[in-house]
Amino acid sequence: MKVKGRVFRYYDNVDTDVIIPARYLNTSSAEELASHCMEDIDKDFVRKVRKGDIIVAGANFGCGSSREHAPLAIKTSGISCVIASTFARIFYRNSINIGLPILECPEASEKICAEDEVEVDFDTGEIRDLTQGLVFRAEPFPPFMQKIISCGGLINYLKEEEK
Amino acid sequence: MGMTSTEKILARAAGLDEVHAGQLIMAKLDLVLGNDITSPVAIGEFEKFGLDRVFDRDRIALVPDHFAPNKDIKAATQCKCVRTFARRMGITNYFEVGQMGVEHALLPEKGLVSAGDVVIGADSHTCTYGALGAFSTGVGSTDMAAGMATGKAWFKVPQAIRFNLSGTFRPFVGGKDLILHIIGMIGVDGALYKTMEFSGPGVASLSMDDRFTVCNMAIEAGGKNGIFPVDDATLEYLRQAGAKEPVIFESDPDASYEAVYDIDLSQIRSTVAFPHLPENTRTIDECGDVAVDQVVIGSCTNGRISDLRMAASVLKGRHVAEGMRCLIIPATQKIWRQAMDEGLFDIFMDAGCVISTPTCGPCLGGYMGILAEGERCVSTTNRNFVGRMGHVKSEVYLAGPAVAAASAVAGRIADPAKL
Repeated sequence: MKVKGRVFRYYDNVDTDVIIPARYLNTSSAEELASHCMEDIDKDFVRKVRKGDIIVAGANFGCGSSREHAPLAIKTSGISCVIASTFARIFYRNSINIGLPILECPEASEKICAEDEVEVDFDTGEIRDLTQGLVFRAEPFPPFMQKIISCGGLINYLKEEEK
Repeated sequence: MGMTSTEKILARAAGLDEVHAGQLIMAKLDLVLGNDITSPVAIGEFEKFGLDRVFDRDRIALVPDHFAPNKDIKAATQCKCVRTFARRMGITNYFEVGQMGVEHALLPEKGLVSAGDVVIGADSHTCTYGALGAFSTGVGSTDMAAGMATGKAWFKVPQAIRFNLSGTFRPFVGGKDLILHIIGMIGVDGALYKTMEFSGPGVASLSMDDRFTVCNMAIEAGGKNGIFPVDDATLEYLRQAGAKEPVIFESDPDASYEAVYDIDLSQIRSTVAFPHLPENTRTIDECGDVAVDQVVIGSCTNGRISDLRMAASVLKGRHVAEGMRCLIIPATQKIWRQAMDEGLFDIFMDAGCVISTPTCGPCLGGYMGILAEGERCVSTTNRNFVGRMGHVKSEVYLAGPAVAAASAVAGRIADPAKL
């Protein structure tokens, strides 16, 4: 599977409190959460984001709270993939569990700029920055996690396993 | 090759003789936890299984504590969702307002976690129970749903970092100063995906409350779990709480550690984390002149009885600064009553503090102490991210209860030893 989109660029330690502030956690509605996504660090994100766009960030993306509302808000906003040099562990787990594609790639995280047009091939882990003409390769997921993703998340995977 | 205590706990839960860092395992769970923020999402996911029962109604804990007592209609709706589910599934350990407390203070107190257990909780500070020699870690709502349905969770066995403690704390210094010092040293991703194991002769001098505080903030260094060895203090705590028979694991002398840090507790100073990351630490003498509008003493990090005693020892016979709002939030009903019985409430009220019912409330900017633009708060909570406690242009300074209380008195960040 391939996705292509414009890049929203953030830096190190983007925490789940800025991805979706706790003041909005009195709802579980994915659409409502998405309407406040990133607002404490990027007021324009919600207005500018288009389906397929990509977030590129630095180290420790998604640190802090375990709120699954964070990857859910990002996914529902239309973001097709998050690329970072590293992810905080609960965010990493949650993203796989809900089917938000995420890739760890320090080189891509360093070189890709805001507004670049980027194409990601999840089967090969290849990240192409079409604006700069650069190609990066991300670590593929271990087979176990690929299976969760291909089932469409943890719940479906476990239901498959039960059969 | 030897195993760490964490590896031994996980091996047992996975039904294996041996596991090592990097291995993917499926482990049996002793307890699955959720709160009023994360459980509604988990309940929605659980429904997708189409099951009419949970794996074990005695081994799920549901604690409405974040926006409870209900802060608004939406929060009330979320709490109602949790309550309805708990009743329908016959969940034994559902804690209504009146019994509830901040989850990570409440569960150990109720004897729901024992040494050797494997616990997941849909709350990042679930790592707190490592203080009891358990493996416990925060997960999201989908993992919680899967845990409630199957009683199992997948884990990648973590690598470990060891913190070898010696010596004893100076006056007014405690577990919070130690963990802030460590986070300042290794950074907010310094233990990413890893176990933070605390060991050495210094452990014996740490109270159980200090150990809870230290493990609680392992996640603030990116850690998967924090863990202490089980000693007489642990066993006494478990016995008093009525926890089930502990299963004790010790790390092997030849267990593998990615790094080992030696820390002399007598060298730890009162420490404050400046905005907007827990790693931005300064010792109290490096803080400079920082005026403060509000102080919060409470939370899963520092809302336990010894924290309140420490705060009271600083506030006794003193009064908070003019214009200062000082909120004291005992973490559970039991702690609340104990503080009242010990006369701590008189000290707090004479000092001009307000005492709240247990809630996570202000820690995550929910309610009960939200900050306006430009306001500053010294808080015994665990995060100081942008907008964490209110307006995006407010600031949170993390500290232990002694510094927080001293700052309430001085109206600015203050050293309790120099009041």
